[in-house]
Amino acid sequence: MITESRPPTLASRALSWLGPTPLSRRKALWGLALIAPNTLGLFFFFGIPVLMAFSTSLQEWNAIKPPRFIGLDNFERMISDDRFAQALTNTLKLIGLTVPLEVLLALGVAVLLNLPLRGRNVLRTAYFLPVVTSTVAASVVWTSILQPRYGIVSRMLEPVGLGETKWLVEPGLVLIPIAAVAIWQRLGFDMIIFLAGLQSIPAELYEAAVIDGAGRWGRFRHVTLPMLSPTTFLVVVLAIINSFQIFDQVYVMTLRTVPGGVGGSATTLTYYLYRRAFTHSEFGYASAIALVLFALILFVTVFQLTIQRYWVYYEAEEG
Amino acid sequence: MRLALRQRAAAPRDLSIPIQVFSYAILLAGALVMILPFVWMTSTACKPPVELNKVPVTFLPENPVCRQNLASLYDTSPHFNRYLLNSAIVTIGRTLGQLITCSLAAYGFARFKFPGRGVIFALCLALLMVPFQAILIPEYMPIRKLGWLNTFKALIVPGTFSAFALFLLRQAFLQIPTEIEEAAIIDGANPLRVLWHVTLPLSVPALAAFAVITVQAAWNDFLYPLVVSNSPDTRVVTIGVALLQGERRTPYNLLMMGSFLATVPMLVLFLALQRYFIAGIAMGGVKR
Repeated sequence: MITESRPPTLASRALSWLGPTPLSRRKALWGLALIAPNTLGLFFFFGIPVLMAFSTSLQEWNAIKPPRFIGLDNFERMISDDRFAQALTNTLKLIGLTVPLEVLLALGVAVLLNLPLRGRNVLRTAYFLPVVTSTVAASVVWTSILQPRYGIVSRMLEPVGLGETKWLVEPGLVLIPIAAVAIWQRLGFDMIIFLAGLQSIPAELYEAAVIDGAGRWGRFRHVTLPMLSPTTFLVVVLAIINSFQIFDQVYVMTLRTVPGGVGGSATTLTYYLYRRAFTHSEFGYASAIALVLFALILFVTVFQLTIQRYWVYYEAEEG
Repeated sequence: MRLALRQRAAAPRDLSIPIQVFSYAILLAGALVMILPFVWMTSTACKPPVELNKVPVTFLPENPVCRQNLASLYDTSPHFNRYLLNSAIVTIGRTLGQLITCSLAAYGFARFKFPGRGVIFALCLALLMVPFQAILIPEYMPIRKLGWLNTFKALIVPGTFSAFALFLLRQAFLQIPTEIEEAAIIDGANPLRVLWHVTLPLSVPALAAFAVITVQAAWNDFLYPLVVSNSPDTRVVTIGVALLQGERRTPYNLLMMGSFLATVPMLVLFLALQRYFIAGIAMGGVKR
């Protein structure tokens, strides 16, 4: 037997895990070098924190004394913590207030803006402007708009006797303006995704529907809605995730009255964990809350993924 | 061309007058609600103090005093320009950083085979699922330990790495036919030169779309700077505006002036580069 290959050098043996030939090894080294900065950065600033989130949640840590392992005490505390329950309820209420409204409004606006109307580009721009605005600035502006008596909304509501309403003080009302700002800022974002979805519906389907005698409503009901359902699914999932994380509005809009709302009436999960960590230095407990928030978001997303087959229509399945 | 045809057919041209009237009525009413806060912000920013608490409420200022209000804003918040500059530094730093680290990494993942490629990429993507709030505290800890609180390092460095950008840019690079790059490789160019001279120029629309949404997210970021930076030297403008709001004596005209200054750069950027913003949203749909 004659073997042609030369005896492997030390260097090539050390690098053999990279690939079978010198060229493939060189390419592999290039690849690793290229991905190194971002991958190491992600690992250090995001990967390790994700792992640490778990360990911190099992500790008592007030940033002065060294952290102490306390098992599941933080989670037990959460169960009997009324203010946590309130923050969770507020967050769920906010999701209920924002998601259906913003998705329906965005769908309606997108459908209308997809019509060949004159000036629709200007209108699209108008709807999108709030998206690029800072939530902090937006919340400040809305606080001013909603001032009792001196705000423009109060002026409009004066004829129905709501001119003096303290939107940001009344515990039963405060979530409404917070939701309003969230919807106002999110509508254009959802609209763009819907528009992209609408424009990818093949024209042939509409032509076929016309031939079948479908009217405007029929085409919307039997072509647009089912073809758009993957887009709707995406928009709903993103909207829920976004509403779970509402923070800026709460922070800014309640800053002038009672931070977090009178009696915690505006406190969301994110706001509550921020306060626990950075006002009360309860980093362990706050980490536990953060994990619960993460778990909730994950749970809702997975739940949506499982129920989507009952209402989301994917073309490939039929074709 | 094809898209135009589709659009026309998808929305038949035979719009009857009632439908047009109906559509315009709804769209204009909605657009008014969208625009109203901007008008209110601008007009209030120019109102003299006496007009702030006028009943009935006036919509436009009777005696506009924009300049004086701007001057009073700087009396109230002497470092406000510094905050704007800090925001610009952070925004540019993060965006350039992401463009560099993420286009290198995206190119590596898109064009090179190496052991562990699939696993590493999957792990990077898994990070996308973690909401930022969940790692806010564990990210704050090492930054405090490193002594980075109140430094630009804290505001910029973690923001230069992104799984989202990696994902988007890799998608963009995969769209480019490898034959074009191979021609350059045969000419003896090393991968960095190929990336710089061939791949990146061909991906300009995707890079621009990605850059504008990154700029927007960085400029408007609030929770993270709130946690890591609390000194005037590194304070960003969103925090500056929130501080004005927290000071109960700050009158609304100055608050609106501050909000105006914090908002205008992004509005201008958006109006100038609208199609990239839209493409960016349609491309990824998520911020950060």
